[in-house]
Amino acid sequence: MSLTPEQVRHIARLARLGIEDAQVERFAGQLSEILDYFERLRQVDTKDVPPTAHTLPMHNVFRGDEPVPSLEPDQTLANAPQRQGDLFRVRAVLDE
Amino acid sequence: MTELHYLTLTDAAEALRRRETSSAELTRAAFRRIHALDGEINAFLKLTEEAAMEQAGRADELLARGEGGPLTGIPAAIKDVIVTQGVRTTAGSKILDTFIPPYDANVITLLKEAGLVMTGKTNMDEFAMGSSGENSAYGPTHNPWAHGRVPGGSSSGSAAAVAAGMSYYALGSDTGGSIRQPAALTGVVGMKPTYGRVSRYGLIAFGSSLDQIGPFSRSVLDAALVFQAISGYDARDSTSAPMEVPDIRKALGRDLKGLRIGVPQEYFVEGMDPAVREAVTNAINQMRSLGAEIDWEVSLPSSSHALAVYYIIAPSEASANLARYDGVKYGYAYQDGASMWENMEKTRQYGFGEEVKRRIMIGTYALSAGYYDAYYLKAQKVRTVIRREFDEAFEKYDVLVAPVSPTTAFKIGEKMDDPLQMYLSDVCTIPVNIAGLPGISVPCGFATSDDGARLPVALQILAKPFDEATMFRVAYAYEQSTDWHRQHPAL
Repeated sequence: MSLTPEQVRHIARLARLGIEDAQVERFAGQLSEILDYFERLRQVDTKDVPPTAHTLPMHNVFRGDEPVPSLEPDQTLANAPQRQGDLFRVRAVLDE
Repeated sequence: MTELHYLTLTDAAEALRRRETSSAELTRAAFRRIHALDGEINAFLKLTEEAAMEQAGRADELLARGEGGPLTGIPAAIKDVIVTQGVRTTAGSKILDTFIPPYDANVITLLKEAGLVMTGKTNMDEFAMGSSGENSAYGPTHNPWAHGRVPGGSSSGSAAAVAAGMSYYALGSDTGGSIRQPAALTGVVGMKPTYGRVSRYGLIAFGSSLDQIGPFSRSVLDAALVFQAISGYDARDSTSAPMEVPDIRKALGRDLKGLRIGVPQEYFVEGMDPAVREAVTNAINQMRSLGAEIDWEVSLPSSSHALAVYYIIAPSEASANLARYDGVKYGYAYQDGASMWENMEKTRQYGFGEEVKRRIMIGTYALSAGYYDAYYLKAQKVRTVIRREFDEAFEKYDVLVAPVSPTTAFKIGEKMDDPLQMYLSDVCTIPVNIAGLPGISVPCGFATSDDGARLPVALQILAKPFDEATMFRVAYAYEQSTDWHRQHPAL
């Protein structure tokens, strides 16, 4: 399995990860080697084997629907790179 | 007579109870040691000296009234992936360089109730992704036994701090061996609890189905005491197990009579350092002389697939968990782009290091349309096969014993250009996370490197889920019959 530079750029874009040109070639080689290593899993017979998401026999965990105190707006926004009043400030998401 | 800084947590606590020393004195001594050594070792990313002295003062008041527990007033270091209210927490990443958490992780809340004196936050591979500490954005940590060698990772700073006598205990996190492997490479005890035993609330997420917080210490009993303090149900973690935590001290004893120990062959991997093999073999023979029944012929064939399973599942979970670093809510933000998307992509480009990017890419690919079944779903199914093999083995054996790391501490820079070789450092520890089992790394000898360094070797003891008591029992009985844990680097 060999990833092309185009595929590496596509994956980076899916992950919203900026990537330098020099990195594209290097990642293509390294990621291909890692994907090749995964091929060994084909040897394992997993017919009728259910997948394990995590190892606890617990599913659909609920807590009581009781309000509890949460952080104050000032605490929540204290780390915001850009703030406007009690809001996080971001660039326009949709084209103007 | 052991120097003050190399006392075990238990002995330091005993000295506090006898009023031979005070928490303030232990804390000042810890900082003297840190200031003297950490310029070379680089175990700490942040020191909290003033707050620590205040915590020590409060602990001394409690102790003077005859109150407090086994951890009260004992200086401890916390891996920088565990959030601490008001204290910068970076996860070893530039992207969180300025992040000051507004709340405490559950383990921090519990330790504060138990009388925590926090000396600081420890260095680590960025977002806990690494086996050497070299992926930290803040420079590598050096092994206290040999400058220029890695202490293992990802909990590099926590392991080094305890090994160098800069801390009586420390917390780390273990997703694929990140507590046990650095404990092995630095000659201290490191323990990963059963998945679900310790709340992950406030642990910066890497691989959510694998991550567990656990202790580093200079003795098995110390690790048991810290484990006891941080364990238990927490409603804020939906994978926290609603189970009682047994009193580990009651399980400890000096012999192993009637205990059935299995030795899985697959963990003595090809390419293993012969000195590691020899030390681990000697340790298992020692367990036999303590009364245990040993079966050397156990086979867990699917364990050899655990590494591939891990490097699909952990990066997949990481690629989702790390989507939150977008430059909007906290941390580093690139703001000079032409659009929101450009800002987001550049924030992540400049904020994340190379290994984190590599894993986000692997995970994104494994989860992407057309590849999900072949990679992620297949890995989850093989995960079931691996767990079933362990379940069958634990019908016949009380514990399994194996090496922790196929080699001793390697040199800084040695594996940085070959990610797959670096991943192979975790081949003996990863199956335990895949199956959600508890595991402990215990010192079992030393090996001399080509350049004459004397480097620690360790074995790991694995038990069935939630049977930490039996795991600690074996670890304690073995440890008490040796003096490996009493040997410290000459610093």
